[in-house]
Amino acid sequence: MLLFVLFYEFLLIGLFSVGGGLATLPYLYKLIDKYHWFTNTELVDMIAISESTPGPLGVNMATFAGFNADGILGGIVATLGLVSAALIVTLPVSLFLDKFKNSILVKKAFYGIRPAVAALILTSAWEIIETSLLQVGGVYSFNFAATIVFLLFLLSIRKFNRHPIFYIIAGAIIAMFVPL
Amino acid sequence: MIKNLDLFITFSKVGAFTFGGGYSMLPILKKEVVENKKWISENEMLDYYALSQCMPGIISINTSIFIGFKCNGILGGIFSALGAVAPSILIILAICLFMQNFMDYEVVQTAFKGIRIVVSALILNATYSLFKIGVIDMTTLGIFVASLFILFLFDISPILIVLIATTIGVVLSR
Repeated sequence: MLLFVLFYEFLLIGLFSVGGGLATLPYLYKLIDKYHWFTNTELVDMIAISESTPGPLGVNMATFAGFNADGILGGIVATLGLVSAALIVTLPVSLFLDKFKNSILVKKAFYGIRPAVAALILTSAWEIIETSLLQVGGVYSFNFAATIVFLLFLLSIRKFNRHPIFYIIAGAIIAMFVPL
Repeated sequence: MIKNLDLFITFSKVGAFTFGGGYSMLPILKKEVVENKKWISENEMLDYYALSQCMPGIISINTSIFIGFKCNGILGGIFSALGAVAPSILIILAICLFMQNFMDYEVVQTAFKGIRIVVSALILNATYSLFKIGVIDMTTLGIFVASLFILFLFDISPILIVLIATTIGVVLSR
C-alpha cells in the first residue's frame, strides 16, 4: 500500500514539476507535511548528497525520499514513478515533435510557468535557510558565524560559479574549524 | 532487443557521469550518443535538451526518452529512461544503507552543519537565476509576486500554482 502511495506521489511530481530536479523541491516539502517520511533537516542533507553523487539531482532525491519512506523497494518504486511520468509526457511529444517544437501555445504557457516556478523554488529556498541557518532544534535563533559563512558562500557562488560539489566540500571543511 | 540493451547501457553511462542538474549531462551525452554511437547529430541533441527543459519532469530522463524513441521507438524510449536512472538507484541506495550509521559520527554531523549552509546558498542562487529568466516584464513580475503571496498565505498544492500560471500565461502573453 505504501509502495502504491509512493509511486502515485512521485508520478504526480514528475507530471507537474517544471524546471528540472530543483523544481521537485516544493513537492518534496509538501510530502513532509503530508506523510512525515523524512524531516526538514534530512531533506537538506538529501540535497547535499544528491548534488555530490553521480546521477541527476531530481532522480537521486526521489530514490533518497523513497528509501526514507519504505526502504530499498521504496527507493526503486519512487524513482519508477518519476520515470513513468516522463514516459507519459515525452513519448507523445516524440510522436509530434515538430508540432510541439514550434507550438506558440507551449511558448505562451511557459511565459506564465517560469515566474511561478521561481516563486515556488524561492519558498523551498526559504525553508532550507530556516532549517540550516535560522533554527537550532526547531527554535529560532540568530547564528552570527553561520550567517557570515552563508553570505560568503553566496558571494563566491555568484562570482565564480564553480560546480556545487566544490562548495559542498568547502562547507564541510569550514565546519571543522568554525563552530556553526 | 540488442538495440534496447545497448540504449540501456549507454544511458546508464550517461547517468553515472551526470553530477547535479540536467545541464551537466551534456558533455558525456555528446561523447556517447553523438560521437561514439552516432545515433543523433549534435544539433538534434541540443534540440532534445532544449525541448526537455520546456516540459514537466526531470530534464535528463526526458532527453533520454527522446533519443531512445528516435533510435528504437517506444521500447527504445523506455529502456533509455530506465538506463538513465539505474546508476542513481544503485548509488543512492548503497549510500542510504551505509548512511544509517554514518550520520551517528560526530565529525559527520559537524561537517553537515557547514554543508547545509552551502546548500542554502546554492539553492538561493539557483532561485535568483530562475527569477532572472522568468521575470521579464510587469506581467511576469505580477505572476511571481502573486504566486509568492498565495504560497506563503495558504497551504496550497504547487500543482495548482503551476496550472493557474499556465492558464494565465496562455491568456496574457502576446
